[in-house]
Amino acid sequence: MSTAFSAPNFSTQSLPLNHTSTTTRDSPLVFAKPTSQFLRSTPKLRLSSSSKLNLSRRSGTVVAVSDVVKQKKSKSTPTLLITKEEGLELYEDMVLGRAFEDMCAQMYYRGKMFGFVHLYNGQEAVSTGFIKLLKQQDSVVSTYRDHVHALSKGVPARAVMSELFGKTTGCCRGQGGSMHMFSREHNLLGGFAFIGEGIPIATGAAFTSKYKREVLKEADCDHVTLAFFGDGTCNNGQFFECLNMAALWKLPIVFVVENNLWAIGMSHMRATSDPQIYKKGPAFGMPGIHVDGMDVLKVREVAKEAIGRARRGEGPTLVECETYRFRGHSLADPDELRDPAEKAHYAARDPITALKKYLTENNLASEAELKAIDKKIDEVVEVAVEFADESPVPPRSQLLENVFADPKGFGIGPDGRYRCEDPKFTQGTAHV
Amino acid sequence: MGALRDCQVDARQTEDGTPLPPRASSIIELLFPFFFQKREKKSRGEKMLVVRKKMLGQSLLIRPAVSVLRSYSSSAKQMTVRDALNSALDEEMSADQKVFLMGEEVGEYQGAYKISKGLLEKYGPERVLDTPITEAGFAGIAVGAAYHGLKPVVEFMTFNFSMQAIDHIINSAAKSNYMSAGQMSVPIVFRGPNGAAAGVGAQHSQCYAAWYASCPGLKVLTPYSSEDARGLLKAAIRDPDPVVFLENELLYGESFSVSDEVLDSSFCLPIGKAKIERVGRDVTITAFSKMVGHALKAAEILEKDGIDAEVINLRSIRPLDRSTINASVRKTNRLITVEEGFPQHGVGAEICASVVEESFAYLDAPVERIAGADVPMPYAANLERLAVPQVEDIVRAAKRACYRSVPLAAAA
Repeated sequence: MSTAFSAPNFSTQSLPLNHTSTTTRDSPLVFAKPTSQFLRSTPKLRLSSSSKLNLSRRSGTVVAVSDVVKQKKSKSTPTLLITKEEGLELYEDMVLGRAFEDMCAQMYYRGKMFGFVHLYNGQEAVSTGFIKLLKQQDSVVSTYRDHVHALSKGVPARAVMSELFGKTTGCCRGQGGSMHMFSREHNLLGGFAFIGEGIPIATGAAFTSKYKREVLKEADCDHVTLAFFGDGTCNNGQFFECLNMAALWKLPIVFVVENNLWAIGMSHMRATSDPQIYKKGPAFGMPGIHVDGMDVLKVREVAKEAIGRARRGEGPTLVECETYRFRGHSLADPDELRDPAEKAHYAARDPITALKKYLTENNLASEAELKAIDKKIDEVVEVAVEFADESPVPPRSQLLENVFADPKGFGIGPDGRYRCEDPKFTQGTAHV
Repeated sequence: MGALRDCQVDARQTEDGTPLPPRASSIIELLFPFFFQKREKKSRGEKMLVVRKKMLGQSLLIRPAVSVLRSYSSSAKQMTVRDALNSALDEEMSADQKVFLMGEEVGEYQGAYKISKGLLEKYGPERVLDTPITEAGFAGIAVGAAYHGLKPVVEFMTFNFSMQAIDHIINSAAKSNYMSAGQMSVPIVFRGPNGAAAGVGAQHSQCYAAWYASCPGLKVLTPYSSEDARGLLKAAIRDPDPVVFLENELLYGESFSVSDEVLDSSFCLPIGKAKIERVGRDVTITAFSKMVGHALKAAEILEKDGIDAEVINLRSIRPLDRSTINASVRKTNRLITVEEGFPQHGVGAEICASVVEESFAYLDAPVERIAGADVPMPYAANLERLAVPQVEDIVRAAKRACYRSVPLAAAA
């Protein structure tokens, strides 16, 4: 199968990031400057010309870091990674995510949204890069930072906005809220508040795909599941339990780590003995990849490989996306602990600006077209807010609804009487 | 006489591991057990605890009577609870291909308590999954599978281990249908032994009925007999909601007679309906799981004293069959709740509150709550017997509720 980086020589040598890991070992007390690791590593990443994208099929080896798109373009033949339509689709999705989250912040400060709101600004490349490659039947499981995952998966912006306002027209009729976005139609399986809780759910959804193919004999059921979670989750027991079982049973799942270096105010370096999360994949027998999560094209290339692997039945993959959230953990987070220099560094690598630059420089789209998309998205978000504003709040009767799918319990037949009182109930249907 | 005797630790056990009660130390005790009771003056608070003085030999007397009663109908078939559960699983798995079993040792080991015996050979390793020791992981995997329409049956080796997975039982299974406004229903069954076994210590003996029953979105079932086990497990597997199915290890080997109806492959019991095991007039005793057996034995003892007890087998803790309990209390005017778990915030507390709310005017006596001792389960056998309700406690409580004091020593 072909990859975009069809380089003849695959390098399986040690990664440039390994150099920085020894530095960590030497000076374990780096938490005074928590950002130094990745700040230093990134320039190395750009300059290392020998590293190619390499997804080894053997489960034991660690794969290399993905290459830099712009650098390759300037060096060799300019094979474009995307077509114009794809490029515009990616751009539109990322701008929708950004505009939506900015509007959420506005609405929160105006008091229309309440509770916990966790915004995704800055991480759009990961969501767009991965989810735009999925089919409708593929599943996505997320955490509390799930607005943009919902939007990328196809949930309409107005449904998400009403859900955040707590109105009955929301995707969960106002009962879930910001942290619990579910959509059966789009196979968005949540929306979980506990970190690590979504990973076993995603593993179960992948298990279902395999079960349908092997036991229920639904041929060609190749649905893939993506599990999104953060760096803090990678220290949680459930993460490791699921890496083990997914690799053991070769489930069609991709574990996507959105490593934004911070778990509320806890720096990843302070919390993790070995901060390189992608290395934890091979320990369980699956490939572990690190990718620059601020570049949507790189993420997309890695995603293609990983999702393709899962679809072919080769098992799970662990993808660590180095990304950053421009805002605080939630809208209630004063965000005092992060170094402004670190924030500025990542702000300069804004994924939307980067994609815009790529599209214009490669003549895939003009400034005017991109501006038109910006305007269109602004309107979509405005309409969503208006829709949410005008929607009704849930009626009182909705409080007690949907606790159970079958409140009476199975033993009550369709006529409302107990089945065991029906003289005809012993006409069996089961075959023993 | 009437001196307190310490229980002699008796290591005898039946084949299936149920410990036998200690021997009587004299023939007089055997014949006239009531004369050897010590009258206690208990404070109100103490009544809530199970600090009991053992009456030797009494259980020995009662045991044969009960087993005679059970097997008097020679035409009815006998079935152990273990076989009942196994057959229910077997039938449901054969009827619906989406049902699969997942847990530790359910496959090649034939089940930690042999409940899933034979299922691996019959259905293969894709449907009977031996998992690694990762309760949180595999409970979550099962919930994720249930989101997509499969029907997992998750076995916990004991429900004590479910505490490692309780996040998924409550947060992702119980709450999902509500949080997603009906989009994600979770047709999952969590089953396994619950409550105290024999001498397994504090971390293996807790009863979780009250914990799970307090959570909306879950259905909690507690079978007692083979008929209960079969019917409720089949109903649970077919139910589109998360069900916590609390069995009891000491009941697995017990035999109960089952009618042909029960053996039918589409036999199901309704979820949320209690069963009146024994009709009575004087006092209502509610119990679930193993305590139903104790309550029935106590009822027989009480009958000799002229107290006609009505024993209700709750079967379903959530939803609790409040109407049956209240109707019974309105008939008898006295209530005793029996449970194995810790007393505070227990099932008995909920039943008492329900009866006080709905049938207060009908109560002629305060509600008596019998529960396990308010301590982590001790290991020593005599202490363990003190920490779990015994038949004598139920008898004494019934007599208190009927305002009949326990007779003094041999004053015949």
